Amino acid sequence: MECFWTWCCDVLRNPTWFYLLTTVAKLVLVFAVILAFVVLSVWIERRVAGWIQDRPGPNRAGLPLFLLKPFGSKKAQPLSGLLHFFGCPPDGCIARLCRWLRLDREIPTFGLMQPCLDGGKLFLKQEITPSYVRKFYFILAPMLVLGPPLVAAAVVPFASEVSTPFGNISMCVANLNIGLLWVFAVSGLSVYGLTLAGWSSNSKYPFLGGLRATAQLISYEVAMGLSVIPLLMVFGTLNLQDIVHTQATDGWTLLPFWGQGLTLQRWVLWIPMALSFLMFATCIFAEANRTPFDMAECETDLVGGYHTEYSSMKFASFFMGEYAAMVIGSAMVVTLFLGGWSIGFGADEALAAWNEWVAVLCQFVMFLLKLLAFIFFFVWVRWTLPRFRWDQVMKLCWLVFVELAVFNIILTAAILYFVK
Amino acid sequence: MSYIPIKRPKFSLLDRIYVVELVKGLGITMRHLILSLLGKSRSKKDFNGAGIGACMPFPEQRWDAHLPSYYRGAPTLVRGEDGRERCVSCQLCEFICPARAIRVVPGTVDPNSPTPKQEKAPAEFEIDMLRCIYCGMCQEVCPEQAIFLSKEYLITLTDRNQALRHKEQLYQLGGTRKGLINKWNPYK
Ligand code: SF4
Ligand code: SF4
Repeated sequence: MECFWTWCCDVLRNPTWFYLLTTVAKLVLVFAVILAFVVLSVWIERRVAGWIQDRPGPNRAGLPLFLLKPFGSKKAQPLSGLLHFFGCPPDGCIARLCRWLRLDREIPTFGLMQPCLDGGKLFLKQEITPSYVRKFYFILAPMLVLGPPLVAAAVVPFASEVSTPFGNISMCVANLNIGLLWVFAVSGLSVYGLTLAGWSSNSKYPFLGGLRATAQLISYEVAMGLSVIPLLMVFGTLNLQDIVHTQATDGWTLLPFWGQGLTLQRWVLWIPMALSFLMFATCIFAEANRTPFDMAECETDLVGGYHTEYSSMKFASFFMGEYAAMVIGSAMVVTLFLGGWSIGFGADEALAAWNEWVAVLCQFVMFLLKLLAFIFFFVWVRWTLPRFRWDQVMKLCWLVFVELAVFNIILTAAILYFVK
Repeated sequence: MSYIPIKRPKFSLLDRIYVVELVKGLGITMRHLILSLLGKSRSKKDFNGAGIGACMPFPEQRWDAHLPSYYRGAPTLVRGEDGRERCVSCQLCEFICPARAIRVVPGTVDPNSPTPKQEKAPAEFEIDMLRCIYCGMCQEVCPEQAIFLSKEYLITLTDRNQALRHKEQLYQLGGTRKGLINKWNPYK
C-alpha cells in the first residue's frame, strides 16, 4: 500500500505524466457532461415545448418496478412490501411521502428516460442507405456534424484553478491563448457536415437544405465574429479562462455590479455589451441551426432538409450534433457574457481562500446551472418565434448585424478612449 | 379587377426592431408554461384535463362521456327495428370508400322472407380496419341507412387478421336503429 502510494506520487511528480493524467480526467469529465447535457436538453426541449403548449410533455417513460419482480418481490405493489420490511406503518407519513412521489408505481424519472429510450429506438431501427447516394461523403457527413461541437468544448473553462502539491490544474481541457478563435474555427467546420450531407444525398430537398445551410452558416459566422470584437477590446485577451477570471473579479459582462464593474466606464460600456450580447446570441441560434433560423431543415418547404435521406443512428448523430452545438453555443454565451463559472459578487475569491476544491466544485455547479438556464432560453425562444423567411434571415445578417457590429466596434473604441 | 390587393399593415420602427415584440411573445409563452405547471391552464375543464397542462391523461381517463354526437369512429352495419338487415348490398359504399376498406359480396334474399322485393343482401361484408380512415363516406352514400360510424375509437390489434371485421361482427357492433324503412314492404 505504502509503496503503491509513493509510486503514484512519483508518477504525478513527473510534469508530463501529471499533465497527461489530469488532461485525460478533464477530458472524460467534459465529454460526459456534454453528452449528458445533450440528453438533458432533448428532455428540456420536449418538456418545455409541452408546457408551453399546455401539454404535460413526455412524462410516461420510466423505470418500471415490475421489472424487478423476478428479483424477490412477489407483490404487485413493491412499495407495501418494502414498507413492511422496514417496519413502517402502511399509512404513516413515510408511506404517504412515497405515494406522493409515486414510488408505489415506478421509479419516478419525470420522463427523463424518454431521450435514452429514443436513442435506443434509433439504434435499433433499420439502417437505410439509398442506392443513389455518394457513400463515402454520406457516411462522413454525420461525423462532421457531431465532431466539431465536441472538439470545440475543449477550451470552455468549467471552473477556476486548483493548486495541488504536484502543480496547478486549470479546469478547462485546453487552456489555449486563442480559445475563442479555436471555438469559431472548429465550430465553423460543422458547415461541411451539413453541406456534404445535402450534396451526397443526391436528391433535391437535401440539396436545397445543404445549400441553405452553407449560405446561412457562412454568413452568420461573419456577423458572429464581428459581434464579439467589442468584448475582446474590453478584455484584451482571447483566452477564455482569463476572460472568466476577469469577469469573476470585476463583474460579469452583462451584470457589472462588483469590483471594477462599478466604474463609470463599465456602466457606459454596458450599452455596446448588451448590443453585442443580442447579436452574438442570435448568431448562436443561427449557427446551431435552431428555430427561428432552422432554414436548412425547414420541414414546411424541405421535408427534412439536409438529413431527409438519413435514418437510424446516422440521423441520430445529426440530431445529437444539433443539440451538442446548442450546448456549446450556450456555453460560449455563458462564458463570454454571463460570467462563465464565476459565482459572482466576490464569492469566488472568498471560497477559494477557504478551500480551493470546494470553490471549484461550487463553480462547476454554477456553470452547469447557467448552462441549463441558457439552454432553457434556447428552447423557450424556439417555441415562441415562428420561422423566418429565407430572405429575412439573409437580410438580418448582412444588412443589420454586420453593420450594427461594425458600429458597435467603433462605439466601444470611442467609449474606451473618451470615458475614463 | 379579378383580385383584391391586401393592405399590408404599416410597421412602426419599434415593431421593426422586433426586440419588444420578441419579449412580449416570450411573456405569452412563459405565462402558458407557468399556468400549465400550476395546473391552471385555460379550458382545462372543457378538456377534462388533469395534472400539468390542459390534457386528459388518456388511458386512465377516457373521452367516452365527452364524445360529441357527430363523432366518427369505426363503421358498423345496423339492423332495422324489425330485425331486418338493412344492407341491400348495392355496393355503393364499396365504390365510394377512398381507402378501399370495404368488400361486399352480394347474395340473394330468400323468397319466403318478409321482404322478397329486396332481391339482394350481402353474403359477405368485410371492413378492413387497417385501411379504414374513418371518413364517413360509406355512411353518407348508403341509400339504405345501413352503415353507420359508431363511437368506437380504441381499436387495438394484436394480429392482422383481427383487423378484418366480418358481417356478423359488424352487425353485432352496430345493433339496431330506430326508424322504420318501409320501402321493401311487399304490400306497398
Ligand atoms: S351498406 Fe349501404 S351502401 Fe353499402 S352495400 Fe349495403 S346498402 Fe349499399
Ligand atoms: S369510413 Fe371511409 S374509409 Fe372507413 S369504411 Fe367508410 S368509406 Fe371506407
